Amino acid sequence: MKNIKTQIAIAFICIILGIMISIQFKSVKRNDSLATKQFQRADELQLELKKEQENNEKLYKQLLQYEKDLNALRTAAAENSGYAKELLEQLKRAEILAGLTDVEGKGVIVTLDDSKLRNDSSVPVDENYFLIHDEDLLMVINELADAGAEAISLNDERLIATSEIRCAGSTVSVNNNRHATPFVIKAIGDPDTMVAALNLRGGVRDILGQWGIEFDVKKSNKILVPRYNGVINFKYALPVKKEGK
Amino acid sequence: MILILGLMIGLIIGFLAPVHIPSQYSSYVAIAILAALDSVFGGITASVQKTFDIKIFISGFFGNALLAALLTYIGKRLDVDIYLAAIIVFGTRLFQNFAVIRRFLLNKYLKNDNI
Repeated sequence: MKNIKTQIAIAFICIILGIMISIQFKSVKRNDSLATKQFQRADELQLELKKEQENNEKLYKQLLQYEKDLNALRTAAAENSGYAKELLEQLKRAEILAGLTDVEGKGVIVTLDDSKLRNDSSVPVDENYFLIHDEDLLMVINELADAGAEAISLNDERLIATSEIRCAGSTVSVNNNRHATPFVIKAIGDPDTMVAALNLRGGVRDILGQWGIEFDVKKSNKILVPRYNGVINFKYALPVKKEGK
Repeated sequence: MILILGLMIGLIIGFLAPVHIPSQYSSYVAIAILAALDSVFGGITASVQKTFDIKIFISGFFGNALLAALLTYIGKRLDVDIYLAAIIVFGTRLFQNFAVIRRFLLNKYLKNDNI
């Protein structure tokens, strides 16, 4: 009698042990495969991203072609009527203002790069002072705009009303694209005024020069400032409707 | 015999059961399994030596498994790998128990050969 009881107990415990072992075995196998699946997923997504980028480039080229066609059609239409000609003029002005078309003209090219100075003084100085930051770029661009720049680009990103210049780790985000040093700022406007504005005593060049940041200003008679490449969708900003009389 | 039969039934039930252990708990279960294995081997050894006691066997099985899992939990909280203690103790005892069983079986079969 006692023997049977013992046997049952042993069998019961062995069953529990078996259940534990098999469930654990199953779970470990599943968790491992989940981990590898995550890696696979990352690879897949990377491939997809690459494909989308290529596609994007293709579509952009197509867009440029269509815009060319559109412009040709507009000019053709303008030839026939004076009103259309007027409209075309207005459109061109608006496009320059909005940064939707390449523009060229006289201006300056400002090239900024991180300082080559080594921090060799015995006093510890924050290494960040020797690097270019978004604030430095904003200062330069603000100065140029104040001096009458009509179109400004940073590393060939046209600056428009919605452009941001923001710190993004070791890079700077402009128009949601990331850019690293060297930064090339192209500004179309009166070159003499703009150079003078940058060189003001105590101005932006003096401030950045303290840390040895490379600050190169070049006047040029023909600068090409590229158009804005993104898409602007106005979701919240709507024109104000005029009240009736 | 009943041992292997029970183990088989348990394995089959476990594989068929739609239950999974989340990965963060799998270390507890692993330690508990080790403790349970130790208890089973201890039980076999005891029965070989004719000192088997069902109460000790069952309390050892559940007690060791729970204590091992608890130790692992405390170790994780304290950032000390206490479960290593459980692994070493149970592992050593597993081999010792197995050695006793082995000697018993060898003696038994050698005797049979002699007869």
